[in-house]
Amino acid sequence: MTVNFTHKQSAHCESGVVSNLLRFHGLDFDEPMVFGIGSGLFFSYLPFIRVNGIPVAAYRIWPGQIFKRFSERIGIKIETRKFSNPAKAMLALDQMLDKGQPVGMLTSVFYLNYLPAAYRFHFNAHNIIVFGKENGKYLVSDPVMEYTTEISYEDLVRARFAKGMPEPSGRMYYPLQVPTDYSLEKALWKGIKQTSDHMTRIPIPLVGSKGMKYLSKRLRYWPERIGDKKAIQWLGNLIRMQEEIGTGGAGFRFIYAAFLDQASSKLQNDELFNLSKQLTQSGDQLRDFAYYAGRVCKNRKSDTKTFAELADMLEACAQRENEIFKELYDVSKSK
Amino acid sequence: MEKDQVPQDQENLNEGKLAKLYYATDDKGHYVKVNSIGWEPETVAMQQAWDVVFDEVEDARKKVLEGKASPLLYHIKKNIMTPSLVASYASTFGFMVKLHCHPYFFKRLSRKMLEKYAYTFRISVEELTDIDLLKKNDR
Repeated sequence: MTVNFTHKQSAHCESGVVSNLLRFHGLDFDEPMVFGIGSGLFFSYLPFIRVNGIPVAAYRIWPGQIFKRFSERIGIKIETRKFSNPAKAMLALDQMLDKGQPVGMLTSVFYLNYLPAAYRFHFNAHNIIVFGKENGKYLVSDPVMEYTTEISYEDLVRARFAKGMPEPSGRMYYPLQVPTDYSLEKALWKGIKQTSDHMTRIPIPLVGSKGMKYLSKRLRYWPERIGDKKAIQWLGNLIRMQEEIGTGGAGFRFIYAAFLDQASSKLQNDELFNLSKQLTQSGDQLRDFAYYAGRVCKNRKSDTKTFAELADMLEACAQRENEIFKELYDVSKSK
Repeated sequence: MEKDQVPQDQENLNEGKLAKLYYATDDKGHYVKVNSIGWEPETVAMQQAWDVVFDEVEDARKKVLEGKASPLLYHIKKNIMTPSLVASYASTFGFMVKLHCHPYFFKRLSRKMLEKYAYTFRISVEELTDIDLLKKNDR
């Protein structure tokens, strides 16, 4: 019961799953293309939502949106199913595998024991593909892994029916119908327009480049407000959000820059390549920020000066991204 | 980031199982895919998050051994859970889980309830209730 399936490693789980699933169905989209058309890049700082008492900062759009937007823009019909009974959910999966269809699904990282132990927190929105069953074990294509792996029935049930926010409830999805002709150009511009619009033009100070600026303002006073120990913990969490979870912020900037690079050659548009170069530099700045923040965390002591310097760095990033995406909006506006 | 700048720090938490994919530029500014085995700031941040968890587990272990808390508390911390998360696995309420973290209430739990908790943590009831196991269990 295995499917002839080619696995390609990717940097982000959701765009990777979409790219791998569609390749099986005959549509060849590289991961950055999926990420860009699905408008995956974003920034939001939500201090009123706290996970373990630490405010949430996300460097991308919330889970599920990339797939939704991408399939809307290309015109793919997908079926999403959700279950209340684990046995039924696994039976439905087996039936799909019998038909020779790989299936994408939402899982909790905590129960995926092929991942290194250090990654296994309770994060419930990880996407994987199951493409076969051999000797009672399911064959898994996890987009962040280099090679395909396998997982036992019990672990997969646990991972699909993990509790907590957001609850995967055994969600699985697969394309029903893929289009034979679609307008790539239109989809590309639509994706670019939405990302640049959301990054610069939403009149809420917590999202887009404004959100980044706001975070830099708040970051400056963390040590005074919550004490050194907590401030360092929060800073560490910020780096984790930026660098670890699905390769995070700077990683996302590079994926998006890769998308702009590919889009510029598809659309014969040199301006996009120019912007891709600028975004690369902005991503490098964000990485520098993470590097120095990591230093602060490692030394375990902070004086307000370091936090002020970090805030300056982040503010510069915000300023730069604002300029880049404004320019990108102007380029895409008329298209 | 240029492709030869992609970090390859030996000191990482990936156990050799994972080499993440990075998008980096070649000399003309076009993007290529490069694998990276680890990056220090990321490792530091991750280690820091785990240190917080380990500290809490150790605190809980001491409390259990001193008789100030039930083994349930230890297992909640060890699985990085919260009472409300445990409650949704064991189909009960968060405040009940908090009560059961107290030895007085834990001792009075029915076999059925213990089984539910054991199921949550994927251990046997004996492993859940046996405090002696925690004595030598230094992390």
